[in-house]
Amino acid sequence: MSFFDSFIEYAPLFLEATLVTLRLTAVALAIAMVLGGVIAWMAMSRFRPLRWLATAYIGVIRGTPLIAQIFVLYFGISEIAKMPAFWAGALALAAHNSAYIAEIFRSGFQAVPKGLVEASRSLGMSRRKTLRRIQAPLALRTTLPVLGNQFIIAVKDSSLVSFIGMTELFQTSRNLQAQNYEPLQMYLMVSVYYLVIVLILTFVVNRLEFSLSKHRRPVEQGATTGSNGGGTPLTSAANRKSEGRP
Amino acid sequence: MTSTSQGQPLVSMRDIVKTFGENVVLDGVDLDVHTGEVVVLIGPSGAGKSTLLRCINGLEKITSGTIEVDGQRLSYQEAEINRIRSRIGMVFQAFNLFPHMTVAENIMMAQRDVLGRSAQESRQRAEELLDRVGLGEKADVYPDSLSGGQQQRVAIARALALDPAVMLFDEPTSALDPELVGEVLHVMRELADAGMTMIVVTHEMRFARRAADRVVLMADKQIVEEGTPEEVLDNPTSERGQAFLRQLSEE
Repeated sequence: MSFFDSFIEYAPLFLEATLVTLRLTAVALAIAMVLGGVIAWMAMSRFRPLRWLATAYIGVIRGTPLIAQIFVLYFGISEIAKMPAFWAGALALAAHNSAYIAEIFRSGFQAVPKGLVEASRSLGMSRRKTLRRIQAPLALRTTLPVLGNQFIIAVKDSSLVSFIGMTELFQTSRNLQAQNYEPLQMYLMVSVYYLVIVLILTFVVNRLEFSLSKHRRPVEQGATTGSNGGGTPLTSAANRKSEGRP
Repeated sequence: MTSTSQGQPLVSMRDIVKTFGENVVLDGVDLDVHTGEVVVLIGPSGAGKSTLLRCINGLEKITSGTIEVDGQRLSYQEAEINRIRSRIGMVFQAFNLFPHMTVAENIMMAQRDVLGRSAQESRQRAEELLDRVGLGEKADVYPDSLSGGQQQRVAIARALALDPAVMLFDEPTSALDPELVGEVLHVMRELADAGMTMIVVTHEMRFARRAADRVVLMADKQIVEEGTPEEVLDNPTSERGQAFLRQLSEE
């Protein structure tokens, strides 16, 4: 049977498995974003013990293989209570990604110029409001490309959950090749599915990035291009002449 | 605008000491500024002018001494300091406009979040102020598309939007190309003429001469000279003051 014939034959199976993979990754990333935010906040806290805790967490998670984390969580939890593979996998993926996302958030916040925070505080804006109106939106804008990258990694890493028996995309290809003895075809086929997911995700992130970077695009004729970083004085003769003097 | 009674200073600083670790930056500074007064702080770099200014709205915490603004003792407790800060406008050397907001949004943010004004009211106020600084048509552009002089004028409008009792200017023209300095000083002079209480750190001696009611010369972490522009700039009595002004005239 040709690749295309079997592609069509197995499409329903793979599409169903795609939904499982997407759900698994989405749940894991949603948890990871919240957890990562908390860890990043701890890492930037003024209280030393919180910083230590965050550093230890990030160190342990980044220093051990994801597959080991999945097994430890799955078998560790099933000692105490029966936990579905989906949730064990989602939690392991969430824990794993939260460490990386925490580092991304931290770098994003630290990249927000101190002067902007001071400007906001000098207007009487509280710490919390400054966080919400200035630091968070600007951090999001600088970290979006890196965050997108992490999401892509997470989609592909979710394949490791197949080893605790989740019938997601990768497990589907493993099962099929065991039946039809066509490992090359099956693994190529599943790769196409991952590739398509990642391409769509990349497109979405790029669109988001574009819509969030309005401020970096020149808005009007005669204005200088937004090529230099925010806050630097831009001077062009055309720009000055076109404006009404006070 | 303010309810300060005649004679009582709007900003009153007593025996201000500020240290960064071992490093003493302000060593016993007293400064009173009355309503409607324009005070210009000059002096060599490292004298502590900017630090003194930043102490007034609590961007720097003083090590000892007292600061009163509008009859209220400055406290660093979050709710207290936010309330006092909303009465003190500040303009920075680096403009510090929020790059992800349009010019109008920059001016509206604190009106809405701090004063609780409606979107419509704050937008209207933003447009008024933009007209006043000569940037009426720039309400909906992003700061990056403006020149430095325009950005600084927006920053002034942003600070004015909260109807502050006093405006602080921290070297507002130092980051500007020479040909853009005039437009910012023009706006500041108009503000001074309109009776705004202002404390200005600057190297622009022409501005000091034309707009200041009082010039304060700082050197070596202290105020060494104080008086009308003529007194301080033309006939300085202190040795440090004379040295600083000699240096200026050589440039």
